[in-house]
Amino acid sequence: MNADLRTRLGSLRLPNPVVTAAGCAGSGRELAQFFDIGEIGAVTTKSLMLEPRAGRPAPRMAETPSGMLSTTGMQGPGVDVFLQRDLPWLLSRGGRAIVSIAGSSVGEFGELARRVSEAEGVGAIEVNLSCPNPADPAGRHFADDAAQAATVVQTVRSHARSDVPVLAKLAADVPDVVELAGACVGARADGLTMINTLRGMSVDTRTLRPAVAGGMGGLSGPAIRPLAVGCVFRVHEAFPEVPIIGVGGVRTGTDVLEFMAAGASAVAVGTVNFSDPSACTRVLREFTEALDARGVSRVSDIVGAAHRAGAGV
Amino acid sequence: MSDNGPVQTRCPVLNVRRVDAYYAITVVAPGIAERFRSGQFVSVAVGGDHSSTLLRRPFAIHDVKPDYGGTVEFLFAVRGSGTAWLAERRSRDLLDVVGPLGRPFPLPRDPVNCVLVGGGSGSAPLFPLAQSLRRRGCRVDFVLGAASADRVFSAITARRIAETAAFTTDDGSFGTRGRVTDVLGKVIEEARSDAVYACGPMPMLRAVTQVAGGHGIPVQVAVEETMACGIGICMTCVIPVVGEDGITRMVRSCVDGPVFRGEQVRFDDVGTIPFDALGAPGWKGTGASLAAESARDIA
Repeated sequence: MNADLRTRLGSLRLPNPVVTAAGCAGSGRELAQFFDIGEIGAVTTKSLMLEPRAGRPAPRMAETPSGMLSTTGMQGPGVDVFLQRDLPWLLSRGGRAIVSIAGSSVGEFGELARRVSEAEGVGAIEVNLSCPNPADPAGRHFADDAAQAATVVQTVRSHARSDVPVLAKLAADVPDVVELAGACVGARADGLTMINTLRGMSVDTRTLRPAVAGGMGGLSGPAIRPLAVGCVFRVHEAFPEVPIIGVGGVRTGTDVLEFMAAGASAVAVGTVNFSDPSACTRVLREFTEALDARGVSRVSDIVGAAHRAGAGV
Repeated sequence: MSDNGPVQTRCPVLNVRRVDAYYAITVVAPGIAERFRSGQFVSVAVGGDHSSTLLRRPFAIHDVKPDYGGTVEFLFAVRGSGTAWLAERRSRDLLDVVGPLGRPFPLPRDPVNCVLVGGGSGSAPLFPLAQSLRRRGCRVDFVLGAASADRVFSAITARRIAETAAFTTDDGSFGTRGRVTDVLGKVIEEARSDAVYACGPMPMLRAVTQVAGGHGIPVQVAVEETMACGIGICMTCVIPVVGEDGITRMVRSCVDGPVFRGEQVRFDDVGTIPFDALGAPGWKGTGASLAAESARDIA
């Protein structure tokens, strides 16, 4: 028996719920050396800015228990090169594209949304709200202020083509992720992606200096999975109709099952791509086997199952 | 997915042996062996499937042989829990290996005289290179250096393969006391070298590039940057490199390297974002440079 794996994120229909996480798969080209990129639900491409960007100095990475800290500083080719070179390549291989955008201002988010959604074949736009807000004197992220996050989402929604779903990617290290989610939904986000990396630090005990340049990095990997699942659970409880992409430390097929039971309609594979370039197809296979073993015939039947079991928060 | 790209394979360990201060591990990996070219590396998962040690460790390939369908050997020093775990592997244990990764050393078309310069375990990838160069009729001379005698890797093999082999140690326990660059100039002159190949720590590569430049000969360097993925997606192993078009880019050591032309690496700026690098803060792109960027094929 094979379960019906089809899932939906607003108007975006995916053949299965396994997608890549932004920043963990480039634009799909490197992973395509290891598997057919068209087999997975979608590729979420690395956060895109208007101009080419060199990112942060090295060292950019430190391994931590069941995770990693990274701080690449949004290195990327800029929107023009992405639309000319990377997006057509991904589509030509049968891939579906969720394009992550990262503006350094509200205006840049709007411009990116307009240009990206005008391109043919963009399945959805994911709004990376964890970019530092230059208007904030404390250098906080857009996601740190629910009202600011809502302004960004509203701007993106009004600049993007109406038939392209807008997904707001939430941070979890905020006072209240449900409030943040509510603000984004109120600003007409078609769906939510959660969670982004968490701000953390690792100190090199040899030099007694921070292990990555700039001190703070984004923590990812299995270490953050329970936190991510908790966020998905709470937000799904508050907004059961809003589709969610669950992200954070997914390593196996049963991790996907866990996120979906908590309320995700799709699940992104992130840091594990670095350690296992075949992870996406392996996770998809394991997930399919897990559904079969449980006699689940439609993937949509398990979305939010943990809520129906009477769990509370 | 492609015939010459990297493969991921779960391969049996043939043996693990001590070599001076290092370990050499041989695995049966025909898919990697048949694709391998000198200078390429493998990345190895450590700690088992449920390990909290998530990231692969990159190792330069030291040797490939047709035995057992194709074996691959790489060298490592125990530096942390990941490499300690590797050192404990035994015959028939399975290792998850991805390779071959990265751009190989370019080989000269004609038989020329080449000096191969290695520092510590960075000497490992120079041995298959030496064999390839010899097969092309090139003269090969070795200069190997390390902190101490037990860290100079495979001196005997170097002597056997090469026309000459010079050794240096920081503590003077083997060969000449000092750095590889203290003897490199003399070797280049005596061997009438046409090209230098080097692998080792960044300060050594910088110094070797200066010496080669002083003699007006080209140098190919293989860098040893830390990396999380080895396949070009994590963007953590970048270094500033000047392209043929004169534009500096933050390029990935894993897929754009690990081998670069020495004079194109901005050694003094490694660990920084040079102000004139493409996409640096305040950088103003031109239409031409964007078109060039767009045309670059990263496949």
